[in-house]
Amino acid sequence: MEKKEAEEQEPGQVVNPWTVSAKGGGKIDYDKLIDQFGCQRLDQSLIDRVERLTSRPPHVFLRRGVFFAHRDFNEILDAYERGDKFYLYTGRGPSSEALHLGHLIPFMFTKYLQDTFKVPLVIQLTDDEKCMWRNLSVEESQRLARENAKDIIACGFDITKTFIFSDFDYVGGAFYKNMVRVAKCVTYNKVVGIFGFSGEDHIGKVSFPPVQAVPSFPSSFPHLFNGKDHLRCLIPCAIDQDPYFRMTRDVAPRIGYHKPALIESSFFPALQGETGKMSASDPNSAIYVTDSGKDIKNKINRYAFSGGQDSIEKHRQLGANLEVDIPIKYLSFFLDDDLELENIKKEYGAGRMLTGEVKKRLIEVLTELVERHRQARAAVTDEMVDAFMAVRPLPSMFS
Amino acid sequence: MGFSKEQLLSRLQELQIDYSQYEHPVVLTVEAQAKYVGNLGGGLSKNLFLKDKKNRFYIVSALADTKVDLKVLSARLGLGKGGLRMAPEEALGEVLQVPLGCVTPFALVNESARHVSLLLDHGYKGQENCFFHPLSNDMSISLNVSGLDKFLKSIGRDPTYVDLEANPSIGKDLPPDLATLVPTGSTVYPDPSEKTTSLKCSKSTSNITPTTISAKTLKPSYNPQNAKDKLVKSENPSASITNVESYVEAILDKTSALLIKEITEETIKEHGGQLGTVVSNIIRSRLCSELNSTTMTFRNTAYTEGFHAGRHSNSRQTC
Repeated sequence: MEKKEAEEQEPGQVVNPWTVSAKGGGKIDYDKLIDQFGCQRLDQSLIDRVERLTSRPPHVFLRRGVFFAHRDFNEILDAYERGDKFYLYTGRGPSSEALHLGHLIPFMFTKYLQDTFKVPLVIQLTDDEKCMWRNLSVEESQRLARENAKDIIACGFDITKTFIFSDFDYVGGAFYKNMVRVAKCVTYNKVVGIFGFSGEDHIGKVSFPPVQAVPSFPSSFPHLFNGKDHLRCLIPCAIDQDPYFRMTRDVAPRIGYHKPALIESSFFPALQGETGKMSASDPNSAIYVTDSGKDIKNKINRYAFSGGQDSIEKHRQLGANLEVDIPIKYLSFFLDDDLELENIKKEYGAGRMLTGEVKKRLIEVLTELVERHRQARAAVTDEMVDAFMAVRPLPSMFS
Repeated sequence: MGFSKEQLLSRLQELQIDYSQYEHPVVLTVEAQAKYVGNLGGGLSKNLFLKDKKNRFYIVSALADTKVDLKVLSARLGLGKGGLRMAPEEALGEVLQVPLGCVTPFALVNESARHVSLLLDHGYKGQENCFFHPLSNDMSISLNVSGLDKFLKSIGRDPTYVDLEANPSIGKDLPPDLATLVPTGSTVYPDPSEKTTSLKCSKSTSNITPTTISAKTLKPSYNPQNAKDKLVKSENPSASITNVESYVEAILDKTSALLIKEITEETIKEHGGQLGTVVSNIIRSRLCSELNSTTMTFRNTAYTEGFHAGRHSNSRQTC
């Protein structure tokens, strides 16, 4: 049974699609969050099972607990083992042109899932949502959606297995029919309870949730999944999106569909630390995909919050505080080699390695990542975006 | 279409960059320019438009007195000996969209020059102001280096100042110190004079042989009509991505570079017969992600080409 709704969270900690803030300016308590949302921890046995089923090493985000919670992921694996495939659904709210590393995380993981399980993927660009919440013009949000699509494509999705769509372009037909089916099952009071709407919020906001819900149902995409009404859906997303899908999972059985499964990630910390906020208006709070090698070096050296001690002598004596050290946190996201990371943590924690060395390694890793992204991005043309977004069949989507 | 002098000047004004402008008859060389603006104090610049064997372009902008040795620069960029040549005339029009005799850092404002790398003489910093052509040879503008920086940053460029006269001994112990300035978007502007896309044969159509560069860097005869004719749109970039030969060439280049790096006397001694396996593993782990990424790009680009061809084809009526 789904547990209590968002507004009953512990006072202080607020996590919903539009706000993420910790209690008293501290760190987010993920255990409490899992408990309150009612999802499950992704434990080692599931990770091992993924490795067994796919004959590949599990993605670094799984190994390091970045994707740490789920709903019904084990059922997806059960079905997969039986030979029943599934499809992936993820998305982005295109609110700005500038994408930072935190934005890429769900896409990097989704690509791994697509490659590893060999399944199709739909990507929703919620330009309508941003138009409504951020008060952008329709044209501007559509433009941002296309620009963001290019960065998303640069993450390396396979065009023969991927359908990208923007709400303004695609809503209608079978998709809209499902939206109405879902909307009929959610009372006004319920949606206010889940999302915290008030009497002052405009009706666009109130009627948006079904738009994000229905890509979980294969019948929303007749050109892709015609006749496959029982295809399961797996949604990789950040945990703040959970409310949408709690609502969806509640409605699904009532309209005869499978509940979508979820696999959820924690939040990516700002350069200034877990308690800091990543903000689009502060370019120094994050590493952007458009940053040059020099920018990355600068930002990490100057702004990355260090858990090292104030002086070298003190550091050699006490070691670094790994809990708050941002370079270590970032390395745990992006340094693939488990042994190397373990070694760095050990040496740094003991005070034998200095902050400068850790930062240097991080700069290397991030520069390589951003550079590869930039190269891939440079190759994405408007024609390619059109092709990814064209309503077309994907005959080899399961191969 | 390329930026005009007027557009550039109004952009500078918009950015509130202080500059002085001096009109003069068309000049093609630094000496000629010096006749008109040489006595005004400040540094005259000489600007070289260069190209390497992989069709990557560079602007080297230096004080007129700075000695620029292309061989040294080539080594410092990691292009080996003789890797840098003067770029052919057509490239001036196509890439920089400026006429002959008008190479200038300001040409980077054009979209077509997106991938051109810029090396600026660190000597500029010591000058009150420096003279450049504002996209046209009939005028020179002088501005302080901070103004140039502001402009470059406004077009998304990071100004990089280099000691162009330095001659470090590049070798195993000292890697090319300017290697980061090599452009990464390498296949966007294939040289139109090369019909094949094989990267090995690069025909230089330039008549200038690059020995130590003196002030005369430009051909004396200038036909404005030619320059305008050459302002054609660059080749379809996706075609260069899905070109099979270049793609394979690039993979082989990377693999060879790794092989050469990893098989040395030391490593042979260290691993002996196992060296093959060791190097093979290194190649796999080092190149795997990169190759997956470039190959996915290849796949997606090829699909896109087919998709659009299909969209635009007229279906034949068959009875």
